[in-house]
Amino acid sequence: MTRIRFHQELDELKHRILAMAGMAEQAIDLAVQAYSLRDLALCKRVLDNESAINRAEREVDELAIDLLAMQQPMAVDLRFILAVIKINADLERVGDQAVNIAQRVMNMIELSATDLPVDIPAMAGRVRAMVRDALRSFIEGDTELAKHVLEADDEIDRMNHEAFAQLSRCMQTKPDSAAQALDALSIARNLERVADHATNIAEDVIFWVRGADVRHGAGHSFAGS
Amino acid sequence: MATAVDVRDLKAWFGKTEALHGINIAIESKHATAVIGPSGCGKSTFIRCLNRMHETNPEATADGEVKIGGDDIYAMPAVDVRRRVGMVFQKPNPFPTMTIYDNVAAGLKLNGSHKRRTLDEAVEHSLQKAALWDEVKDVLKKKSGASLSGGQQQRLCIARALAVKPEVLLMDEPASALDPISTAKIEDLIFELKQQLTIVIVTHNMQQASRVAEFTGFFLMGNLVEFDRTEKIFTNPSDKRTEDYITGRFG
Repeated sequence: MTRIRFHQELDELKHRILAMAGMAEQAIDLAVQAYSLRDLALCKRVLDNESAINRAEREVDELAIDLLAMQQPMAVDLRFILAVIKINADLERVGDQAVNIAQRVMNMIELSATDLPVDIPAMAGRVRAMVRDALRSFIEGDTELAKHVLEADDEIDRMNHEAFAQLSRCMQTKPDSAAQALDALSIARNLERVADHATNIAEDVIFWVRGADVRHGAGHSFAGS
Repeated sequence: MATAVDVRDLKAWFGKTEALHGINIAIESKHATAVIGPSGCGKSTFIRCLNRMHETNPEATADGEVKIGGDDIYAMPAVDVRRRVGMVFQKPNPFPTMTIYDNVAAGLKLNGSHKRRTLDEAVEHSLQKAALWDEVKDVLKKKSGASLSGGQQQRLCIARALAVKPEVLLMDEPASALDPISTAKIEDLIFELKQQLTIVIVTHNMQQASRVAEFTGFFLMGNLVEFDRTEKIFTNPSDKRTEDYITGRFG
């Protein structure tokens, strides 16, 4: 009863989701680089790449649904496919956040450059590390690394709150910079959302590998143990 | 929940070959329990021990304790055991020369019931329980059991088993020779029947096990590797061997 073809298709599904992950990760990298360099061409690359991410999302979903319908997966295979479907949606949203950041950067480029009391590259560095670790935990099935990702999210939330406080104050004290501050505020918010998606991916990895549902702070095991 | 079948340290042999190595399991009353595992793992031997069918093979012996409703099956006549624990096999086996009516009434007659009215009522009741009544009520005494389709024959065999009002119904791959529609009818039937009796079903079809059974036991090489709620077995089994089997990594 060994199911060689089915397991080859599971490998194919993993390859496809990893290819999509690469695209989403690159989109965030480009958007953050565009912010640091005030580079319009990089912004446009992020916008141009979005359709490829969307296409990849549909292809991964189609393959996952085919496997569910045709192969009736069980246990770890079932959990893997369910995790892939959810990770797929999270990666597509990461791509959307990259587009949002790129659009805000395009706004900022049209405005004069100004010093803002927020370190977007530092926050972006932390967020990119979370995404990278979440994806590595998926590639290696490493639940310990996935747990580190969950823990890292609190720090990103703190940075986002701090950015909000600082930039709100800046808008009141330096009205000339209000438009730029508003864009930076949105970018901080977008990065915080990317971190949330990385957290979701890490939770899905734990679900896949351990069968444990750790969403929303829950630690209970899946399926009635 | 009550235990319908309590099995302690059950061992079974064919000649000198030990086929079951000490099975312990408590089967819940009025639920369906699926028994899965690769060919030769001992799952059919296991259920055949539950109504002393195993010992009908002259080479076969068994040891250990099996209690049905608290009664030791080795302390009562085998005929009584088989009345309390019915069995349905992979291949429908109606008595070919008997009418549909006589097929269902056969078990009752063997147990000494000969009153016409009692038999009529029992036959109708059993055929209704087996979801076959509407299809055969007009030809009960005209057609033989063998004239029915494969799916109908299997439901006839279920009706025959139900006629003697068993507490437990053993089903050894009851749908593996049937088309999808007949299979669905058998599965619906299992769902209905377990309101009133306990079902133990051996199946190679894991989707079937997951559809019909609340509990599932995985057998491997004469051992019960894992026994748990079905959703646990099929989503997150505790034993790597169970996971490898149900995900098709061996077997």
